[in-house]
Amino acid sequence: MTAPLLSVRDLHVTYRSEAGPVPAVRGVSFDLHPGETLGLAGESGCGKSTIAGALLKVLPPGTEVTGEVLLDGEDVLQMKPGRLRAVRWTEMSIVFQGALHALNPVQRVGNQIEEAIETHRTTPAATARVAELLELVGLPARRAGDYPHQLSGGQRQRVLIALALACNPRVLIADEPTTALDVMVQAQVLELLERLQRELALSMIFITHDLSTLSYVCRRTAVMYAGRIVEEGPAEEVFAHPRHPYASALAAAFPLIGDHSHRMNPSGLPGDPPDPRAIPSGCPFHLRCAVVQPECPELDVELWPAGDGRRAACIHVLAGAAP
Amino acid sequence: MSSIAVSPRSIAWQRRRRALAQAWAQYRRHLPGMIGLGVLVVIVAMALLAPVISNHDELRAVNTVDNPTWATPSEFPPLGTDNLGRSVWAQFVWGARISLLVGLAATLIAIVIGSVVGIAAGFYRGVGSAVLMRLTEWFLVIPFLPLAIVLAAILGPSVRNIILVIGITSWPSTARLVRAQVLTLKERLYVERSRALGASNRHLIGRHIFPNVSPIILANLTLTVPIAILSETTLAFLGLGDPTRASWGKMLDEAFRAGALSRNAWWYFLPPGLGIMAVVIAFTLIGSALEEILDPRLRERRK
Amino acid sequence: MSFGYFSRKVLAALATLAFVVCFNFFLFRVVESDPVASLFRGRNLTPAQRLELRQEFGLDGSKGEQFVRYLQQTAQLNLGRSYRSNQPVSSEIRERAWPTIALVGVSTLFSAIFGILIGIVAAWRRRTKADYGWTGFSMATYSMPDFWLGMLLLISFAVALGWFPVGGITDTGSDATGVAKLFDQAHHMFLPALTLTLAYLGEYALVMRSSLLDTMREDYLTLARAKGLRDVVVRNRHAVPNALLPVVTLIAINFGFVLSGAIAVETIFSWPGLGLLTYDALKGPDLPMLQGLFLVFSAAVIFFNLVADLLYGFLDPRVRTP
Ligand SMILES: Nc1ncnc2c1ncn2[C@@H]1O[C@H](COP(=O)(O)OP(=O)(O)OP(=O)(O)O)[C@@H](O)[C@H]1O
Ligand SMILES: [Mg+2]
Repeated sequence: MTAPLLSVRDLHVTYRSEAGPVPAVRGVSFDLHPGETLGLAGESGCGKSTIAGALLKVLPPGTEVTGEVLLDGEDVLQMKPGRLRAVRWTEMSIVFQGALHALNPVQRVGNQIEEAIETHRTTPAATARVAELLELVGLPARRAGDYPHQLSGGQRQRVLIALALACNPRVLIADEPTTALDVMVQAQVLELLERLQRELALSMIFITHDLSTLSYVCRRTAVMYAGRIVEEGPAEEVFAHPRHPYASALAAAFPLIGDHSHRMNPSGLPGDPPDPRAIPSGCPFHLRCAVVQPECPELDVELWPAGDGRRAACIHVLAGAAP
Repeated sequence: MSSIAVSPRSIAWQRRRRALAQAWAQYRRHLPGMIGLGVLVVIVAMALLAPVISNHDELRAVNTVDNPTWATPSEFPPLGTDNLGRSVWAQFVWGARISLLVGLAATLIAIVIGSVVGIAAGFYRGVGSAVLMRLTEWFLVIPFLPLAIVLAAILGPSVRNIILVIGITSWPSTARLVRAQVLTLKERLYVERSRALGASNRHLIGRHIFPNVSPIILANLTLTVPIAILSETTLAFLGLGDPTRASWGKMLDEAFRAGALSRNAWWYFLPPGLGIMAVVIAFTLIGSALEEILDPRLRERRK
Repeated sequence: MSFGYFSRKVLAALATLAFVVCFNFFLFRVVESDPVASLFRGRNLTPAQRLELRQEFGLDGSKGEQFVRYLQQTAQLNLGRSYRSNQPVSSEIRERAWPTIALVGVSTLFSAIFGILIGIVAAWRRRTKADYGWTGFSMATYSMPDFWLGMLLLISFAVALGWFPVGGITDTGSDATGVAKLFDQAHHMFLPALTLTLAYLGEYALVMRSSLLDTMREDYLTLARAKGLRDVVVRNRHAVPNALLPVVTLIAINFGFVLSGAIAVETIFSWPGLGLLTYDALKGPDLPMLQGLFLVFSAAVIFFNLVADLLYGFLDPRVRTP
């Protein structure tokens, strides 16, 4: 097996807020191999975007980040500012969540793409490169002169993808690239990302709350709950035969690709996603779990091998029985 | 089985009291807000204690013929005298009363007019509401100072008239703010629900609209007081204040006209200006603290 | 900017102007049934004098006739004759407008520049000593009565130090011309301009600070940082221009208001502009002059409101483009 391109080790992220610290990510580790697409799924607020921000170290000032983010063995979190700026966008880039707010409303989209190129000077003819990028994502080159509000939701998403590809990054982090779009457009954007990933040999982290999409896009996937990974394994397996009760709830929530009606409360799970400031003791899922055991409130299970390259953090897996 | 009679009204009251206690707990942790409150308490106490801490007789020139004129604070403690031998300290303390009175009373008038117009223009639809809105927008562009000057000149100088003038020229911004708030409130589901259940407009306004806009009105009130006090100062300085009652603005007017500047009589024109500054800063600090705590929109932004 | 937006704004401004013209009439003649009596309160006027005054001010005839005559005259920019100088109000206002426009223009320019810079520094260094210091300074200047600030500057720099003249626009009896005259006027303008600059700078600084703090929470700034831009570039290219939009609008609107807001400061420095004209007209009271000034001040506010709207439409592509 090749060495991982990106290796995240025991990542903890704690936001500062007026109401005290917010531990949004609590010990996450994963590897991303060259050319691979890794899925990251979970309910709203479980810490997916926080991980994306941590990988490029663009979280709000004052946020506490510990652990390691090794890119080719070099820790992004320890880089000097100059080195960090050079790595941003040329090695790793993000397709930000919420295309409407991620683009500067008073600048032409072409200029926003050009700016990324010129910052890193990878190509001398930036204007030509912008046209090329727009065509790559299926937009006519003249759209470069438009302002974000003049584009539709799907077109803005394409612009964001073009922007993320501007400096030929090796790792692309796509943060819910299809969430705000209607079903037809979602399928188009998914196809586009898949094609790009193949043609450009990208390594991709694909973030969503929709497990069924992941089974279609990725080979491997991780399911997050309350700032931790609770299950990981081959995407199709995790979707078809989840081992963690939360993963099964999530899998049941989206029987169809692109059904977002249950975004805030997948699968009719009882209760709300936990507030990161008050995470339940033991297994954080025990309050909402359908197959809860007496020891769950005390026992905080770690990720445990669950057969064929799979791992899950559940007492039932530990006991060797499927839930 | 015993049943405790709990009327919906008492539940609502309890809820409101709890919300108030919570707001106060938040306010207490807001340092700038507490500083503003402290300064304000000191000044209000000074104004209320005016008869105790100063001699009212020293405000009138007929009583001060024996006093030295232009006495420095060391010659005539605590704050010296003016060109007529009147005590500056007495003027300062009694002037605080008029300045605060005008600021508060004028604000009250402005807030009442502004809230009524704002709620009416936001809640009702139709010609009347459109006319109110237009009127508000028009009054917003009428420059305040010239209008106040003309009104004060027509009505004649007295404390009552100054209050009226400032009150009826300051309402449009409150009206606009309240209207915008009512419009968003109206969209909210529960109003629609109560309307579907056949609630009267009066019930809707009294139960749903007013309780929800009142925090914003309160914050706006605190931010209007300093503007009203500054307006009183300017009008009094232009000679439109009550000629018989000392106020901070009138002190500045008289100091300027008596030539306190060329005499370098700092004890005459510094205290009223500092007093105004302190009150204005105090109210502004309190107002922005309240805004931060009470306005849900702002609260979210401040996270 | 779309033609629809432009014409909508211009029409709204014209409607407001029409309202102000009517309001001006009612304010001076209908609110008070007998302006001559109320404005000359405390003076003994003989019936003959009274009649004469009424005719002089166009107060004879029915209210309807007066209103029509007033509209006709106003449309021809005829604002009547001043009671004090017996000159046409419009020509006197025109003559006095330039000193005010110069004073307010210079002060607005400087208060805008320094206010915005202070706001940027305070927001960018949020919760540091620089922020507390500048925000405190802004609060302080915002909370001073402007003419009191003027008095303080006057006593320190003109009376005590003698660096600047105590008032007026030129040295009395000076017959300097050309550059020397300009220099003399600038010398006289320094203190009143400094006063107004300081008086308005606080507000702009506070507004700029909160606008920039709002902008700094936007997602597109995170994206700009992720692209590998330096923090300074993120600030200057993405945060500041967007945060400036509401501030620029505010400054344009304020310009209209400051024209009439400088009455007390002009009085302190005997600056021969519209403010001093108002102050003198009050003493009369000079009814036609006050009425004319009121109209001009209101028209200025309406005009600069329109300028602000158009400027916003020009600067913000969301309004400018379809
Ligand atoms: N700047 C911040 N300050 C404080 N708390 C924050 C901040 N940003 C995010 N959080 C909190 O951290 C937690 C994780 O947020 P994150 O955005 O990573 O969730 P997510 O999984 O991406 O959710 P979604 O599906 O809604 O995008 C949430 O509870 C959120 O409220
Ligand atoms: Mg997210």
